[in-house]
Parts: sequence; C-alpha cells; structure tokens
Amino acid sequence: MAKATFSIRRGGREMAEMVDYTTDVTEGMVVLDAVHQIQAESAGDLACRWNCKAGKCGSCSAEINGMPKLMCMTRLDTIDITQPVTIEPMRAFPPVKDLITDVSWNYEVKKRIKKFKPRKPDADDGTWRMQQEDIDRVQEFRKCIECFLCQDVCHVLRDHEKHQEFIGPRFLVYTAALEMHPLDTENRTEDLKELFGIGYCNITKCCTKVCPEGITITDNAIIPLKERVVDEHYDPLKKLIKLFRKK
Amino acid sequence: MTSYPTFEHDVLVIGAGGAGLRAAIEASGSGVSVGLICKSLLGKAHTVMAEGGMAAAMGNVDDRDNWKVHFTDTMRGGQYVNNWRMAELHAKEAPDRVRELEAWGAVFDRTKDGKILQRNFGGHRYPRLAHVGDRTGLELIRTLQDHGIHQGIEVYMEVTVVSLLKDGDRVVGCLAYEREHGRFRVFKCKALVLATGGVGRAFKITSNSWEGTGDGHALAYDAGAELIDMEFVQFHPTGMVWPPSVRGILVTEGVRGEGGILTNSEGKRFMFDDIPDNYKDQTADTEEEGWRYVTGDKNARRPPELLTRDHVARCIMREVKAGRGSPHGGVFLDIAWIKEKIQNAPEHIKKKLPSMYHQFKQLANLDITTTPMEVGPTTHYIMGGIRVDSDTQASTVPGLFAAGECAAGINGANRLGGNSLSDLIVFGKRAGEYAAKFAQENAAGSINPSEVEEKAKAALAPFEREGGENPYTIQHDLQEMMQDLVGIVRVEDEMKQALDGLDALKKRATNAFAPGNIDFNPGWHTALDLHNLLTVSEAIARAAIERKESRGGQYRDDYPAKDPEYAKFNFSLKKADDGSMQIAKIPIPEMPAELKQIVEEMG
Repeated sequence: MAKATFSIRRGGREMAEMVDYTTDVTEGMVVLDAVHQIQAESAGDLACRWNCKAGKCGSCSAEINGMPKLMCMTRLDTIDITQPVTIEPMRAFPPVKDLITDVSWNYEVKKRIKKFKPRKPDADDGTWRMQQEDIDRVQEFRKCIECFLCQDVCHVLRDHEKHQEFIGPRFLVYTAALEMHPLDTENRTEDLKELFGIGYCNITKCCTKVCPEGITITDNAIIPLKERVVDEHYDPLKKLIKLFRKK
Repeated sequence: MTSYPTFEHDVLVIGAGGAGLRAAIEASGSGVSVGLICKSLLGKAHTVMAEGGMAAAMGNVDDRDNWKVHFTDTMRGGQYVNNWRMAELHAKEAPDRVRELEAWGAVFDRTKDGKILQRNFGGHRYPRLAHVGDRTGLELIRTLQDHGIHQGIEVYMEVTVVSLLKDGDRVVGCLAYEREHGRFRVFKCKALVLATGGVGRAFKITSNSWEGTGDGHALAYDAGAELIDMEFVQFHPTGMVWPPSVRGILVTEGVRGEGGILTNSEGKRFMFDDIPDNYKDQTADTEEEGWRYVTGDKNARRPPELLTRDHVARCIMREVKAGRGSPHGGVFLDIAWIKEKIQNAPEHIKKKLPSMYHQFKQLANLDITTTPMEVGPTTHYIMGGIRVDSDTQASTVPGLFAAGECAAGINGANRLGGNSLSDLIVFGKRAGEYAAKFAQENAAGSINPSEVEEKAKAALAPFEREGGENPYTIQHDLQEMMQDLVGIVRVEDEMKQALDGLDALKKRATNAFAPGNIDFNPGWHTALDLHNLLTVSEAIARAAIERKESRGGQYRDDYPAKDPEYAKFNFSLKKADDGSMQIAKIPIPEMPAELKQIVEEMG
C-alpha cells in the first residue's frame, strides 16, 4: 500500500515542533483522514478540530503545505505526497495545541455588529415578500461556514495584527449580508468606517482566493461596503446638504 | 477536597444545535439566566449539516396543505407508534417557528410571489420543506446563533459534560470539563435541558460527526430517566459509498425531491417494483407521472423514490444483495437525466443542489450534472431517545428536559425527512419555555461535593492506565460490531451475540488508556465517550430484540411482517438499582376522536 509522510505541528501555546508521521494512503483520502489515522495509530492526543467532514461546518481549517485550506476537502491526490506534507494551524490566531488555535476573537467581533432589524411585515399575517433576485447576493454571503480561512490569510490581521482596529473579511461579509438584506433597516456604515476599519482593506483579494465556499468576498461584499461608506461620508453634495440641514 | 470553578444559571442547556439554541433563546426571553454548553465551537453542531429543509405546512406552494395533512403524514411515516400529541403540536406550530426565523434574519428561497418556497420530500404529500438550496441546516443554525448572541445567553464552547448531578430525585447541575485546559467545571442550575443530538457514531457507516455519541441519552439514562423507541434507528437511503474515506456522508433527499431517480446496474428504476400498500394511493404509477409531480403538477402523485426513508433504504439493500448494485456496493442516484426534460439542466442542478455538486466534485471527482452518483444506506438519525412529556418536554426526572434528536416521541418508528429541523425549533422552544418556568417555580438545589469529587476522579482514570488499550481501537470495534449485528437487517441470534460483545467491550473500555497531557486531548475524550456509546448501543440492541416485528427503522429478518400487537406500546429502558438495563412496555394512549377522524379523512 502507498504511504505518505505528514509533518504536523505538535506543541502548545509557546513551544512547538514539527513531527513526522507516516501512514497508509488509500483512494480518495483527504488530509483529515490522514490526521485521523495518525491519531488512531500513533498520536492519540493529537489535537485537531473537525465535525462534518464534508466542507459544511468550517471546523478543520489549517495550513497545508503553507496553503490555508479545509483538511476535509483537500484530497491527497491534489497535493504532492512524494515529499512530507506539512500541516500547521492557522497563523493569524494564537496557537493553543497542535492544530488548534484560539479563534475566540472572531466570536467577540460578531457581537459588536448591530443585529438584524427587519422592517414591518408586508402582510397582515406577519410575513414578508421578497423576490428571489433580490436575495441572491445575500444568500451568497450566507453560505459562509465561518472557517475563518479568509481571516487567516488577510495580511491586515496575519502580518499587521490589527485585530483591534479591523474586523476582517469574514465580518465584512457578515455586515454586507445584513446591510444588503432587503428587510433590514439598521445602518452600519458609520461603524464600518469608525469601528470596523474597512479602510484597512486594500483589496488584494487573498480572502476571495481561499474561500472554500467560493464567496466573492472582495468584489461582492467589501467593495460595495466601501462605496457605501464613501457615499455617506465623502460625497460633497451630501456633505453640503448635511451642512444646511444642521442649520 | 478539590474545589472546582462553579457557574450558576437558572436554566442550563447542553447542546448548541438547533434545539439547544432555540431552547436557550426561549428561556432567556422569559427573563431567567441561561448557560449554553457546546461540545464544539458555537455554530458547528450537527444541525449545520442538515440539507433538504424544514417541514412546515404553510401552504405557500400548494394551498391544499395544512397541519392536518402534515400530522397525518408524520403519523403514517412513523407507523403509528408516534406520540400523537407531539405530532399534532409539531404540525400546528412548525409554520410559526419558520416565520419567526425569517423575522430573525433567515433568508429562505422564494416563490414567484415572494413567499417562502417549499420543496417536495419523502413521505410529505405536498411540497412542504422551507429551504435554502441544500444548506438549510446552516441557515437555521446561523440564524439562531446570530440572534442568540444578542440575548444575554452565556455560551461555554468546547466544554464536555461528564455527568449530571442530582439533589435527591432532581437534576440540579452537571460536572463538565473545558477541553482547552482539560479542567473540570461545576455547573449549577434549577432546570437543565439536554439537546445533544444523536448516536450515529455507534455505527461504522454514518453521516454523523464525531459528536454524535449519544451523550444526552446516556447522561439522562444514568440520571434515572427513561429512554424509549431505541430500536428505531434511521438508515438514510442515500449516503456516499465511494471513495472509501467519504463512505456514509449524506446525499440529501432533496436530490430526489428535485427529480433524481434511483437505478440499478441494469438501468432499471427499481423503486417501482415495491410500493407498500399504505402508500399505493399516493404513489405514481408511471415514470411520466412521477416527473410531473416533481415539476409541480398538482394532479400527479409522487414518484416511488420519495417513499419513506426506511423503505427506500431496504429496497437499495435488496438490489445490492441481489447483485444488481453499483461497482462499489451501492446503487445509482441520477439527477443528470433531467437534461432530457429541461433545457438548462446543469445550471438548474447547480442552483438547486449547490453543496451536493460541490461535495461530489471535490470529494469524488464526479460531476453530478453529467454522471450518476453511487449511493447506499448510512446511519443517520435515531428516532428513540429520552422519554418526554409531549407539551413540556420534561423527562421523567424532575428538573430535566430534553429536545431535538435526543428526545423521543414525535417520529415513532421512522422520521420523515424535513421533520427534524422543524422538530428542533418547535420542541426546542417548548423545552426552553417550560424549563424556565420550572426554574422560576423551584429554588436551587444543592450539589454534593463528594459526588463531584468521585466523578471527577473517575473521569481522570484513563490517564492512569499506562499500558491499557487504545480507545480508538475499542470505538472502532464497537462500530464494526453494531454495523454488522444490529444494523439495517436484524435477527435475534446476531443481536444476542452483540449483547455479549457489548459486555466484552465494556470491560475493555474500563482499561482504555489516554496518552499525553490533559490539554485538548482527543484520546482522553474518546475514552470518555465510550461509556455513552456503549450505553446507547445496549439500549438499541435490547429494544430491537424485544420488538419481534418489522416496523419503520426496525427490520427483522426473522420477523419480516408488521404485527398489530406491537402498535400498542413503546419499549422503554431504565437503569435498575443494580445498574442493569431494564426494559418495559409503555402502552400508547388512545388517540382522541378528533385526531382519529383526521387520520381517516386524510386517508
């Protein structure tokens, strides 16, 4: 039977090393299968997150040969297994153990975004009417499985560590889904500019490239949000009108 | 004596899938303090994998639909051993629960006139499933999560519950550990809701994630609660079968709802060969009529691919056994064929079944818009679970409530697709409401520190068994055995053999060794999960032996017929004083006249 070697980060919050494990390879195997086999055979305490094993829950994010991917959707026959395959945790978040990182910051960020606030129902029975073409875009954003690979690859977070000032692509997509929801009446543009640091994004589109759900994060979510911020805060005509209104 | 950090809430919810989140939101809304324990990160629970939709008789697509039809469909699908009151409440309340999700931000697919779109599914007479493509579970869990985080609920992520704690008869909290540092936590509460999901990991081929280890079932059982209907395990007819590493991963029933057909190696639509008598009137006679049904012709009857899951799974097994299977031991599920009927078939399929397209493309290197899939049965769901009161979701132990898959009653012998997501929100809400009420009416109980100490010590035992057995090996052997001996086709001898096998596995489990340290240690977790898996496996085997007939999810090769005697009661399992598992018959109360009449009228 064919074999492959996996070089996996082992260790805790401070100290870690790359340890090699060799295991059997069978047809159709994904990286997560290899990690599970290694767990069962020789490293019972090897820590990794996973749930659905079908690309639907976004738990098993990792960097495979340096590329941010879901382990459950990365087939071994799509990567070079003649060399040891490196598996490391996401680098934009603090390591906890082995392949596990502390992603709690993401959950805190989400709480800061104003919640959905619908308009009054359209019908007497308390329901709304929406056309499919008006929700296609929002549905694209709501495909997000919160794997945080876009956060991981975003240089504002990964290299510049602006976690305090910038919410990252995931939460810009989340905000866009709320802002473009046909029923929503809340306004989040002020927050985008002042609190969420939308200006930090310089549209390198790395997030879009790694999204396992194929969401066009930059073009469909971030750029339209940037335009809204510009429209609201920098439009000279609007500024003039605002000035007069104040008086 | 060690003192552990203690957290106190009026209502504690264990499990953060659809039912747990909905319960937490409801309890919190009634003004009590709520703690929510997740085994994984928030938003990753198994609900996220649900694909097809949630059943609610809103009548948006076919106005002949109403709660009475939904009720009748549910009872028929469950072969009349359901808790009829739960089936009634579910059918009546599901539409409101779905609309409420829209008010909380869910974005369902739409009809042409802008309402929530509903799709066809197995066993449902009319198009009834509110859905978002084939990722409805994600929409449900995300909507509840994003609403819930603003409700003042305290969320404890990656925390595993070791045992419930009692004060006399009443449940007053639990002992748990947070996985990051492996440290114990005591949770104190006035009412506790279990919403821990299913038991799929007791079997080798399953659509369930690592979390489905029957935790709530076992926690409740150990605390003295009754489990019922444990013999009824749902084997979903369509799981992936190839490549080996993805065997068991779910292929949504929505594929068949959108016109997908099942064929054998001879190219024959074998589902037409075996249509049960009680569904004959509702099932299409010809392939042409079946197609008309899935494209919305109100005068057509549904194709046999949309018969109930138990039946379709058995028909697939029969084809495979008769040597008419696909190359890797399944049958073919073909949606690509609709290109003969509609113009832009590939785009249509990608739009309606995006995650199925993605899943097969990436994991099996197969394009479902051009090539048939290979599918076979996979352990998917357990109808059985904690016995609860139909209206309040209270278990037989004071202070303990249950909702969702770990509770039992609504589904009887077989669950209809789409009835799970609606079950979660209907009975999740009720559990939260009545748990909060219980908490408001009862003072806090007290927790016995020596009980906590004893249980914590027992939980640490796997670290001290140097030279003991690998817990993964024990889990693997259990899964193989349950699959082989208590699987889709059951016989008495094999199941008795399984009981002996379980005894041996229990002994091995007491010698499971967890290597490494206490920080985030999956080996330790696997060792602790074994107790839950073994408990539910025993319950399944014992109940399945006693039910000497075939009904719904239970198929007995030695008793292939349905026996009307067995329609009169459910089997319950309870822990006796000596620690053994006791089985008893609980008579099913007679259905009130008005419900009987509905069943008769709806035919």
